Formats: sequence, structure tokens, C-alpha cells
Amino acid sequence: MAREMFSDLLQLSKRKSFSRGIHPPECKDHTSGKSIRRLPFAPKLVIPLSQHTGAPAVPVVREGQEVVRGEPIAEAGGFVSVPMHAPVTGIVDRIALAPTLEGEPSPAIFIKSYPAADQRILYGAPRDIESMSPEELVQAVQDTGVVGLGGAAFPTHVKLIVPEGKSVDTVVVNGCECEPYLTTDHRVMLERPDDIIAGIRVVARSLGAKRVLVGIEENKMDAAEVLRKALPEGLPIKVEVLRVKYPQGAEKMLVKALLRREIPPGGLPADVGAAVFNVATLAQIGDLLPRQQGLIERVVTITGPGVERPGNYLMALGTPLRFALEQVGFSNRRSKQVVLGGPMMGATVSSLDIPVTKGVTGILVMTHKQTRVELRHNRIYPCIKCGECVEVCPLYLNPSRLGLLARKQQYETMEEQFHLNACFECGCCSYVCPSNIPLVQYFRIAKALNRERKARACL
Amino acid sequence: MVEFITAGLLMAFLGMCLSVGLAVANRMLYVYEDPRIDEVEEMLPNTNCGACGTPGCRAFAEAAVAGDIAPGKCTVSPSEVLKAIAIYLGVDAGMEEKRVARLACAGGTQVAWTRARYEGLETCRAAALVSGGGKGCAWGCLGLEDCMDVCDSDAIVMDRYGLPVVDEEKCTACKACVEVCPKQLFSLHPISHRLWVACKNLEMGDEAEAECEVACNACGRCAVDAPEGLITMENNLAVIDYSRNDLATKEPILRCPTGAIVWLERGGAIVKGPEAKRVTRVSPLPILETSTGIMR
Repeated sequence: MAREMFSDLLQLSKRKSFSRGIHPPECKDHTSGKSIRRLPFAPKLVIPLSQHTGAPAVPVVREGQEVVRGEPIAEAGGFVSVPMHAPVTGIVDRIALAPTLEGEPSPAIFIKSYPAADQRILYGAPRDIESMSPEELVQAVQDTGVVGLGGAAFPTHVKLIVPEGKSVDTVVVNGCECEPYLTTDHRVMLERPDDIIAGIRVVARSLGAKRVLVGIEENKMDAAEVLRKALPEGLPIKVEVLRVKYPQGAEKMLVKALLRREIPPGGLPADVGAAVFNVATLAQIGDLLPRQQGLIERVVTITGPGVERPGNYLMALGTPLRFALEQVGFSNRRSKQVVLGGPMMGATVSSLDIPVTKGVTGILVMTHKQTRVELRHNRIYPCIKCGECVEVCPLYLNPSRLGLLARKQQYETMEEQFHLNACFECGCCSYVCPSNIPLVQYFRIAKALNRERKARACL
Repeated sequence: MVEFITAGLLMAFLGMCLSVGLAVANRMLYVYEDPRIDEVEEMLPNTNCGACGTPGCRAFAEAAVAGDIAPGKCTVSPSEVLKAIAIYLGVDAGMEEKRVARLACAGGTQVAWTRARYEGLETCRAAALVSGGGKGCAWGCLGLEDCMDVCDSDAIVMDRYGLPVVDEEKCTACKACVEVCPKQLFSLHPISHRLWVACKNLEMGDEAEAECEVACNACGRCAVDAPEGLITMENNLAVIDYSRNDLATKEPILRCPTGAIVWLERGGAIVKGPEAKRVTRVSPLPILETSTGIMR
């Protein structure tokens, strides 16, 4: 007994992690035990042509045309771009501007779904992916329209090409899901381990990587066990359990925790011989590639005190938030704030007509109770230079100094001398600030203004 | 006693020597400066607004005396002063038409819907970064006073519906509001441009009007009624070609159904067409949804 306890303790102390970071309340218990369930189709779906990083897709359908679930409706608008597929059988209503999370309306395809449309996918044909060359695999992945499903929505096939002069020896699989409340990756790992492993084999073969490391946080031991059991013999895949800490799931932090390698500012994981993929992304690749189908649905955690039936829901891309929330019991009167993504890095929406896109990991509904706490502390006090933010910044920046410079509008100094652009807005500094200074908001403003200034200088 | 006297004498002697040194240096190292620079600077408003493109009024005076810049480039001084400077320097005044900042939005809170209440840093720039800022029209003015704060000449005041109003007399065309507005609603125009489209909504028809009662709904009537080539429809918005401003009349505004295209009278009065819907509401519209924009 004592020996077991000792070995447990030893195990605990050996758990890998990165330095700094924070421990926010996890709030995952409401949904982590709930298996993935399907939502019905909304009467009208909105598919923005630009729901990924890179060039917008180009529509290949006309207004009034009938589309079948799974059929391509837009093609990639360049190499860093992906095609779109119809999530539902129906009719293309119109191609017009639709509201987006960023605020600026962008072109989208509106599809009216047929009332009798079912979940069967009538498009695609099985094929053998084992015999495909790496180049063919990259093309095939682009054709599926898969982008990073962890939130960044960066086209996955672009990551499958190793930049010239670099090599990738390790594929890092991101199953951390460090954001509070979210449980989509957790459920995908529990329910679809074989798809994930099929996806891992595709990316590992395409990149020519020698080993694969799967990083999972300690609060998801069941998922780690399931994945370990599903691992086939003789493959260099290892499941590593990491300490629970935010932002463990950030690309830079995960590579540092697992490989002890540091990605340079402005660099890519390929600079240190790694490539990072989210588990949900790999599950989709493993599922869609052999069947030659496109990405038309994703798992989204709908949770928070504002919804009656929180859970993990598989929903068609393009489902308007209002419809999705109505399905799970949501009252507009009680709720106060709707956030897409997690509470740390997610973005508040200003309209419920915004559709679920490829990068949406969760829909979080807060009530007056949560936001009131925030409002009571809404007054911004002066920086007392306590250094809390410096203690938690995972990138070793100086948020306090950056914040003071932002107050004086010295945005250029922030970029040139204090590495503003290295910041990936994880929100640790704002979370711990006792003076309630909205540091991340300051940094976003600074970055936006610097971008604008550079654009003006180019003119 | 002797010590005091020696010290005093020494000080007097030292002072004398050094003052002679200073006097010599003043002669030998004298830099001639055109006295007209001081004179011209005296005549300038000394607001150091930067609208002329030089870093301050002193630099402008130096450039004007050197003949690098025409006195008329100063947008702040009244024309009599500029003429006086031109006569003093014996150059052509090079008077340019006074320019003013114009706002391409008329969607105050009494006509434009607000989808969500924004709570957070009280600046337009911060609000615009949170899902566009909560206004129904994604192109419209957010009304959080960034332009008023940045205006050095107090030419911008907010009206009761949260829209900035530019005082044409006070505006120095310094471009500060043009650069600060996150929705790019301000632009500088010669004061003779009287025909104006006060909208940037790129949607058409009912969708545009659903967000704001005074939006341009892209009906195209003004483009038909205007002299040929003056107004074109681009991206569901009427666009005036100001190179043909001499053709502009009040005719295009007559049939506008929403009053998005207006005629700006001198002195600030805004004339809408007789067919524009009358807005009699004086209270702000309610907020549609409860979600708010706290961003941390």
C-alpha cells in the first residue's frame, strides 16, 4: 500500500508541464460525463466563406440550386484556404453578407434545409489511403476542408508541408483542452479513439515523422486510458499525461512541456522539428479521408449557467447560435453574455444570428450572476506593480510594463522593445490582475493600431 | 576682513573676464535668423495642430519664409490673416478651400438598433474589437466619443443620440478624427461639397433598413436623378464622384426614401428630401438582445 502511494507521488512529481501559467476553476463537470449527441438541422444554415485563416473560399453554387448533404459548395480560394461542403440537403437561398464574430459582415452561403432532410451523407466514395503518396495526402486533406478544430481554424493541409530547410521529427497531438468549461476534445478522445489514431497515421506518414506524442491533461485520465488501449502494437505513439494548468493547450506551451523545445517568437513548431495537431482535427481526418467526404459538422460544448441542458452536441456547421441555444433550453431573459470558445480566450458575440463555424469549440452562456461579479469589480485601478502578471505570463513577457505603455499609447515601443507580437492573448495576466486592468484588451487594441499604421505606411 | 575683500575682488575680476568672453562669443558665433520668421509666427494661430503637415507653427513659419510652403496651407487661420502673411512675405497666398471632417453615418440611437449592450473599456476602438461593438449596423458609429476626445479644436460634440456633430467653423481639418475612428466614418472634404451620403451600410433593401431607419437601401433613385456620372451605385451604396461636384444640385435627394443622401447647408443645417421618412421618435430604441461585451 505504502509503496503504491509512494510510486503515485513519484509519478505526480514527474508529470510534465511548462513554467508559469494559472489554475482557473475547471467547471468541466457539467458536461464531461455527457456523451456526444446530435442536434437537428436548423431551418436555415449560414456558411461563411471565410471561416478559416487564409483566403476566403469561392462559391461553386448558384442561388436557387439544390444541394445534397456533403456536396462541395465552395472551392478553396488559394493554397492557404479550404473548400466548403453543404451540411444539409436543401436549396441555396442566397449568397449575401452575414454577421460574423469579428463584427465585419462577410459573404456567406445561406442554405434552406428541406424539412425531411436526414443525417445520411450521400456524397463521397470509399478509397484506399494507405497507397497514397504524401503529396496526394496533402491534396486529399485540403479537399476535406479540415482546419484546426481547436479554435485557430488554420487549414490543416498547410501544416502537412514541411518548410524548406526544416524537418519534422515529432508529431504532437493536442488533447489538453486547458480552457475551463470545454469538453469537446475530451468526449472525442473517449468516443472516437480509432478515428484519432487513423488521423495520426495520416499526418505522421505525410510529414515523415519518427514519433508521435499525445499530450493529455491529468484531469482526463479516462481519455488517456482509452487512447492507450486503442493504440496498435509497434507504432511509435506515446500518450503522455501532463499537469493541469492553463494554457497547457497552447501550441508553444505544449511543445515546451513535451519536448523541452522552445518555439522562437514569430516562428512555427516546424522551426523546432515539431508539428502540432488537435485531437478533434485528427479524428475528422481519420474519419473523412478514407470516405472522401468533407467537414460538415463538429462537436461543440454548449454549457454555462444560462442553459438548461448543457452537453456536447454534434451540430451541422452553419447552425445559427440562436437555434442551437433554443435546442438546449436557453432563455434570453436570464442570460447576459454569450461567449464563443472558452471563458479565457473566447470572444463575446453581439448577435445570436452568428453561425457555428469550423473554429467554434464551445458556446458558453453566462447569467447575470456571473457578470455581476465582474461588474462590481469593473472599476480599473492603477497598476500597483505587484508583478502578479509577470509571474504568470507563460511567454516571460512583462504585461505590467506593456499595460503602462498602452495607457500612454506608446504602441510602437510595445512592439519594438517589449515583444507585443509574441503575446498570444491567453489572458493569464488579466485573470490575476488585482487592479482589474483589462491588459489583453489593451494589447489587442495596440496590435490592431500597429497593423493599421503599417498598412498606412505601405500605401 | 582681507579674505572677504580678496574673494570679492576675485569674483569681480572673474565676472569681468567671463562677460568679455561672452560678449566676444556673441559676436563671433552669431547665427543670423530671418526676423520675418518671428513675425510670421506671431500672426499664426499657434495651435500647433499639424494639419498643414509641418511639426507645429514655428516650423510652418520657417517653411513659409523659405518659400517651401504657401501661407494658404494653414487651415486654421482666417483668410484675412493668411492674406496678410502673404502680403508681408510678398508671395501668393495659395489659398486652398477650407476643408472639414464629415461623418458618413446618421444612425443615432433613435433610428439605429442596438443588438447588444457593450460593457468594457469606454472607447470605440475597444468596442469595435468585441464582435463589432453591439450596434445592429456593423458599419455604423459606435458613439463612444473617440473622435471627440481626439479633437484638439473642440469641433466635435456628441448629440443626444450619440452621434458626433462637426462644427464647420471650428474644424481645422487636422485629420485626427479620420485616423482614430475604427469604422473609418470620417473623411475630409472641401466645404463646397454639399451633397453627402451619410451611410456606409453595404446591405440592401429591407436588410439595411432593418438595422437602421436612415440607411441607404441601395434603391438607386439618386443615381438616376443626378446629372450623369455624378452618383454611381457601388457595393449597395450611393457613391458621389466629387470631381464633378460642380454638377451637384439638390435634385438627387428629392426621391430618397430613407434620407440617407442629404444636402448640407452652410451653417450646419441638414436638408433631407421631401420623400424621406419622417423620424419623430425622440427616445433611443431599446436594446434587442441581452448579451454584452465584456472582454478581459
